Amino acid sequence: MSDYNFAYLDEQTKRMIRRALLKALAIPGYQVPFASREMPMPYGWGTGGVQVTAACLTPHDRLKVIDQGADDTTNAVSIRRFFQRTAGVEVTERTAEATVIQTRHRIPEHPLTEGQILVYQVPIPEPLRFLEPRETETRKMHELEEYGLMHVKLYEDIARHGEIATSYAYPVRVEGRYVMDPSPIPKFDNPKLAGNPAIQLFGAGRESRIYALPPYSDVVSLDFEDHPFVASKADHDCDLCGAGSSYLDEVITDDRGSRMFVCSDTDFCNSRQAEGHRGRLSTEAA
Amino acid sequence: MDGATLTMPLLAVEGLTKRYGSRIGCADVSFDLWPGEVLGIVGESGSGKSTLLSCLAGMQAPDTGAVLWEGRDVLAFPEAERRRLMRGDWAYVHQNPRDGLRMGVSAGGNVGERLMAVGARNYAAIRDMAIDWMGRVEIGPDRIDDRPSAFSGGMQQRLQIARNLVTGPRLVFMDEPTGGLDVSVQARLLDLLRGLVRDLGLSVVIVTHDLAVVRLLADRLMVMKEGRVIEAGLTDQVLDDPQHAYTQLLVSSVLQV
Repeated sequence: MSDYNFAYLDEQTKRMIRRALLKALAIPGYQVPFASREMPMPYGWGTGGVQVTAACLTPHDRLKVIDQGADDTTNAVSIRRFFQRTAGVEVTERTAEATVIQTRHRIPEHPLTEGQILVYQVPIPEPLRFLEPRETETRKMHELEEYGLMHVKLYEDIARHGEIATSYAYPVRVEGRYVMDPSPIPKFDNPKLAGNPAIQLFGAGRESRIYALPPYSDVVSLDFEDHPFVASKADHDCDLCGAGSSYLDEVITDDRGSRMFVCSDTDFCNSRQAEGHRGRLSTEAA
Repeated sequence: MDGATLTMPLLAVEGLTKRYGSRIGCADVSFDLWPGEVLGIVGESGSGKSTLLSCLAGMQAPDTGAVLWEGRDVLAFPEAERRRLMRGDWAYVHQNPRDGLRMGVSAGGNVGERLMAVGARNYAAIRDMAIDWMGRVEIGPDRIDDRPSAFSGGMQQRLQIARNLVTGPRLVFMDEPTGGLDVSVQARLLDLLRGLVRDLGLSVVIVTHDLAVVRLLADRLMVMKEGRVIEAGLTDQVLDDPQHAYTQLLVSSVLQV
């Protein structure tokens, strides 16, 4: 343990964040302003998610941190180590064993359960931002449920690409009320937002906003009647574990156009391989 | 049209006053607008006609007075209802099309925006409506996916009109719709506007400094000077037999070619 207060933030700050979290849970999808603190990491590296995680952690929690589904990338490793040092909590890479999961850009493949908390790192919480730059105006639009503009964006997608080309940060409507940016998760993960037994918390540090989905929320991805929402993924199986239903990363393997597709969720892929599943490029020894 | 709409003006304005500090924007303006009627407001720069229009359209709050829409005071509407009115029954055509269009969104998206704002969720239907309306304002269907920045000034103005009329508003405010266009384009736009207004039975409040525009479009005319209405009446009557000295000056100032 170090000389820091438990989980780095002082107790008053955590109290302030917990109040924002409670308000966010009470009004699903509504962006609650909070007094975001300077964290010992740059904006864009998950300062919002880290503050939310710090406010949620108890000494008995088991923490998992993922970045694009992977437990072993720089961002995930740094944040995990940060909380090991400042909170002394147990950490894990297993989705099923974690009580708090901080994530960047993915929802784990393994179904979440009641009692788990999923914390998202959010770069830009405002789904209407790129359509309407004025914050005063976007607040008014949320207040009055003026969400026609969101469909103008989807219309432009279809007009230009023949289909809804938005593939991540795909806007959703929560409980028939607020339109929400689910953070830059692939739209493949959007169906998992709905009816999820876990608590989902979203923290945007630079933008000083927190929003949340309570368990079993009604979350609908926006679409047109004749161009319905499709949760797309690469049309392949995982080359390491053979999974056909998980979200895949495309990895270039040489400069002659060879490529492989692997699960972006490393825990999911590893556990399948441990169970004996094999993909196209698995070595027999693996 | 039922009896109620015939006995009640669509828009009734009573004693509307807007001050900018000690200066007067517009003072004590009253008029009735009936369904299907076009009211022209003319006057020189600074006469208060744009202030009046923005007060009517709810973009500025007047100091005193009432704006009654079908007998109900618009100024007392909650904001949600006022904005619903602005994207349903009312429309506003800006002088500069850049103020009224989304320049980063394709022409079809611009026309479709009001439809989507009132709940249209069928892509093909929205697109058909957009093509139909672009046709009515003489923009070819091949331009539907182009952005307004690729359009000429006259086309942008026509696109703005299509975007405003697509939801079938009953009252349209126009602020110098032909301003900044050259005369031949102006003539075509006026021709188009006149056709649309007559075909759709629109009620229009049109603000302009161009007497030719009101001669062509307006049924009735109000002349403003220094924030006050100095003369009002049927368009031809006011233009052919002006009573007030300022109106006489205004009419005689028009260049004859």
